[in-house]
Formats: sequence, C-alpha cells, structure tokens
Amino acid sequence: MLPLQLSAYTATTCLGQGLDATRRALATGASGLGPCAFETVQLDTWIGQVPGVDAEPLPPPLAAYDCRNNRLARLGLEADGFAGQVRQAAARYGRERIGVFLGTSTAGILQTELAYRRRDPVSGALPPDLDYRGSHNAFSLAAFTRDYFGLQGMALSISTACSSSAKVFAAAARQLALGSIDAAIVGGVDSLCLTTLYGFASLELTSRQPCRPYDADRDGISIGEGAAFLLLERATAAPSGTVLLLGSGESSDAYHMSSPHPEGLGARQAMAAALAAAGLEARQIDYINLHGTATQANDAAEGKAVAALFGDRVPCSSSKGATGHTLGAAGAVEAVICALALEQGLLPGSPGSRALDPEIPIDYLLQARPGRLRHVLSNSFGFGGSNCSLIFGVAP
Amino acid sequence: MTSTHPRSPLSAWISGIGMIAPGLPDWPAAQAVLRGAAPWQEAPALLPAATLLPPAERRRASRVVRLALALGLEAAARAGHPVEELATVFTASGADGHNCHALCEQLASEDRQVSPTRFHNSVHNAAAGYWGIATRSMAPCQVICAHDASFGAGLLDALAQVQVDRRPVLLVAYDSEYPAPLHQLRDTPDCAGVALVLEPEPGPHTLASVQLQPTPAAATPMADAGLELLRLAIPALRALPLLQLLAREAAGRVCLDYLPPTQLELQVEAAP
Repeated sequence: MLPLQLSAYTATTCLGQGLDATRRALATGASGLGPCAFETVQLDTWIGQVPGVDAEPLPPPLAAYDCRNNRLARLGLEADGFAGQVRQAAARYGRERIGVFLGTSTAGILQTELAYRRRDPVSGALPPDLDYRGSHNAFSLAAFTRDYFGLQGMALSISTACSSSAKVFAAAARQLALGSIDAAIVGGVDSLCLTTLYGFASLELTSRQPCRPYDADRDGISIGEGAAFLLLERATAAPSGTVLLLGSGESSDAYHMSSPHPEGLGARQAMAAALAAAGLEARQIDYINLHGTATQANDAAEGKAVAALFGDRVPCSSSKGATGHTLGAAGAVEAVICALALEQGLLPGSPGSRALDPEIPIDYLLQARPGRLRHVLSNSFGFGGSNCSLIFGVAP
Repeated sequence: MTSTHPRSPLSAWISGIGMIAPGLPDWPAAQAVLRGAAPWQEAPALLPAATLLPPAERRRASRVVRLALALGLEAAARAGHPVEELATVFTASGADGHNCHALCEQLASEDRQVSPTRFHNSVHNAAAGYWGIATRSMAPCQVICAHDASFGAGLLDALAQVQVDRRPVLLVAYDSEYPAPLHQLRDTPDCAGVALVLEPEPGPHTLASVQLQPTPAAATPMADAGLELLRLAIPALRALPLLQLLAREAAGRVCLDYLPPTQLELQVEAAP
C-alpha cells in the first residue's frame, strides 16, 4: 500500500494525558491500573481510569456532544499540540480535504445508561437532556471531532468492538491513496461505562487483579479507557526518521461472536495480509505489540498465530498491563505505542505479567529493553471475529 | 497549498442489488414500484428467517440480524458470487435497538447482572459477525456508523475498497427501529436496508456502473410522496434515488444526502 506518514500523534490513557506520561511509563514498566471505583459500579476488578475526564464540560457551541466519551476525546485532542497540527493541515489543504476516521465500541452510551435511572415514573420517558446523536450514537465521536475543527469533508465511526480503531487506519489509507482527501484524523476513543464493565464480567472475562497478558495464570482483562489520535498524510517527502504506516491487514474469524478462533486462523490471516500490503517478510518485523488481552482464549489463539508466522524470533509484548484494555480505542492507543517504540528505540515490557505461559512458544518480553527497530506490527481483534493488523516503520 | 496527488473518482460496476423496506419486500418488488409499474403501499417490513444460521442461532436471530443477512444474500445471489469470497462493508445508523433498551433497563435496575448473550449482541458489528459465522467468510469486514449519513459513508468505503484492493465488495446498509423510550429520541419507524455488490471490472452479471463525486448540491427527492417520506425517515433509504435509476436500467445522475455541506453526486451508466 501507499506509505503514509504519521504527521502528529498523541495518546491519553490511565498512564496520563499525552506522550510524555506514556513514554515514561513504557520506559519504567509502570502501570496505570487501579481497583475499580467507577461511578456506582460494584465489581471486584481493576480498571484503567483516566483522571479528570469529567472535570470540564465541552465548550457551549459543542454542548450537544457533552458526555464522558467526548470529554475524553477533547482531553486527547488537546494533548501534544495535536489540535494545532490539525488546524494547520486544514489551513493547508482545505476543510473539506481532511477526513475523520475514528473507532469506538460504546461511544457515549454511559449517558443513556444514566438517563435510564431518571425515566419519568409515570410515562417511562427519558429525560429531555439526553442527546442521542451527540452522545449515544456511535457516530457521536467522529461528528464531535469533525465539528471541533469545523471540518467539512468525509467522516465516519468504525465500530467493530476491540478492533475498531485499528481498522480506521485501513479505511483512511484507501481514501488517501485515491486522493479523495489529503489528510486524515484517525484514532479511537472509548470510555468507561456500565455496559462493558458488567458485560465483560457476565462473560467471566474480567480479572480480579491487574491483568497479566501471556502469563500462565492469566485470568482476564482489566478494562481501560483512552483517547488516541493520529494525523495521516501521504508520505511523499517524509523527513528521515518520520514514523510511517506501511501496511494494514483485515480478516474475519467466521467462528464465534465472543470467542476467537482457537487456532488463531483469522489473526494469522490479518497479520499475513498486513505483511503483504507492506511488502515485507515476517523476518523483517522487529517487534510485535500483541492484542494480548490476558484472557485464556485470546492469548492462546493469538500466540499460536504469531508462532505460526514468526516462530519465536520476534520480541513481542502486550501493553494492556499498563493501559488496561481500552476496547475500541486499543488499536489507536497501541499504534501510538508502536510509534513511540520506533521513535525511542524501545521495546516495551509487560507490567503485571510474571510467569510466562510455557504453552505459548513466542519471544515474550516481560521487561522493556532498548533495541533498534525498523518495522513493528500491532494486532487488534474484536468480538464478532473482527481482526486487524497494522505495520509501522521509519522513513529512511 | 493544493495537493499534486492524482484524484481518482470513486467508481465501480454494480452486479447485485438487495432491498428490504416497508412495502418493498425484495428487489424485484422494489424495482416494480421504483419503475412506476406498481404503486407503493405502506406495509411493515418483512424480514425473512436467517436460514443460513444454525438452528439455535436462527431462532434467536434479532430483527437487525435477519435484515442484514437477507439483504446481503439477495445481492450476492444476483451477482452470482459465492458469498464467502466477498469483502463486506456493513453500515448502519445504530445497532440493535431492542437489545440496547433491554441492557440499559437492566443496568438501571437493582440487578445489574446482564446476560452474556445480550452483551455480545450489543456491539455495532453483531450483524456483521453473524454474517461471517453464517457464510464462513473470512474476508475483510468493515462496520461503519455515520448516523443519518451512514449510507454515504458505507458507499465511500466500499468504492474505495473496490478500487484499491481490486476485489468485489458487498455493501450492506441497514437500519432498525428503537422501542420506547429510546424511540422518542430516535424515531426510525421500521427496519429497512439496501445491499449492493460492487466490482472493479464489468462481468456477466453487471447491471450498471456508478461514479461518485462530492458536491454541495441538494439531494434528489423522490417524486412519490410515500417514497420520499421513506427516504427521509430511514437513513439507508437515502439511497432511493440511486435505486430508482437502477430500477429503470437507465443512465442518469442523482444526488444523495451525505454529511452537510458535503453531498454525493452519482453518475450511473447502464450495463455495456
């Protein structure tokens, strides 16, 4: 595929707002997870909550979009000068030439969950302040971001559960290759809500401890929240050292709604498709940021797929012990982690994981270590058997 | 600064169509109405059983799953494609409204222990996931939401996949209703949708070609008052002016509602 440059990028998770906090945590192996004390939730689990999300409402012209998810989006957009970079790109290319491609699984559903506690006791009606388009609908995230910058071109939300904000890269890359747009805001935002906390608990997929990806005793995920944004442009004259998106690969498991294919067949297809799109061989990948949710089934299946394609010669880790599983934001958060790994020459470790699963024959990194990286791959897989792999590199 | 990168107008060959809407149970019925050969008569949307799913899943299949599967199968059959070979783009203005209501009601009650099945069916890509399970298709599958602009957003991505990946793509645009009390906030009246098989090259099943350009122009309305109400009431049916051209097997140009101020102009040519 046509290489794209990451002209700007930023991530906000429980590790903190922006890249400095993220870099520091990756280098030291810190985790942002803590015991769940979100809203009125009574679950024995750990979560990755972003501090201060609800501190400030959205500006009055954007009040229709006000909800936890869009407040988190704004925190993310205002970190690392990202918003300024978008405004410059809009001035350079025109407001109709910047596309918006954002992933989310639950958008502002929390707003509706809370509104259901305030139904009219007689009629059952919802309170009039609930704005369906601005908060509940999956498009609320992309619509808010488009309006935040006054953009006028194409925009969409992709909602394929936990692969959502990886698949946005593929969609944006197609439009950039065809010249329909000149720059794309890609990324993902998902925020804590009752649907995912109680939902994953109902599937017995949440751990009572901080999650332990690829550990022999792993017993589930730690749900996190996050906002990550990247500005993509065609890499026609990318300065040396610029991080590039080189390939994406998508596949479907066609197996089960909430369990991965046990042999990781769909995962393997997605990684192979990303390699083909990037024109790379498996041996040219220097690090893999795994989906690594820390459920028994995910890590076993993904591990089989990685071992089948890469053997045990590629260092791998999951960053979910640091950020939690940010669900629809995970693809974009981990794309930013890959960009930081390339930029810093750092292979991230895996906070929380202790004793690796001997059944998974891959080179899994418990501790961060320095290393020269040319190409890195990131995996994201979601409910409904939705798989996406991305490959990043550096401009020579 | 303007970009020097060449702009390729998005285009494709259409080889299959599926349709379900109130009073329009399938594409042949819709074609007759859109040609003016039969009147449109208001009737609830008819949703076929999800025959591709295993019996247990078939019985439990929600309205939105039945809708999306039937649309995709009708279009793929007309295009003469084995369904498992088609890359897919699903686009919907919302997920399963009935399931969403049940979850929100439970989470607002004393007992928050939701059903695991309800939870995994709550994802926006549930219908797409069941399509994969039903057809055993491991092909790429995109799932989009753009509220009222969902048809246009899906069409833009599907056309781009056809052109960049040079493979046939099945676009399934569908919407369903919310029950009360969410219905007061989002009053989509019924289930409806449209499916198109889009291809990079013409073939034996080609019906027409379509080329897309952004425009600020107003959308083409439907002359029939009932159909115009449908076009405006159900986001996937913003495609009706395009379908009318396809039904008439005529060349022409229509404009579809997308995302203000950007609209989509479509130039349709009859099959060669």
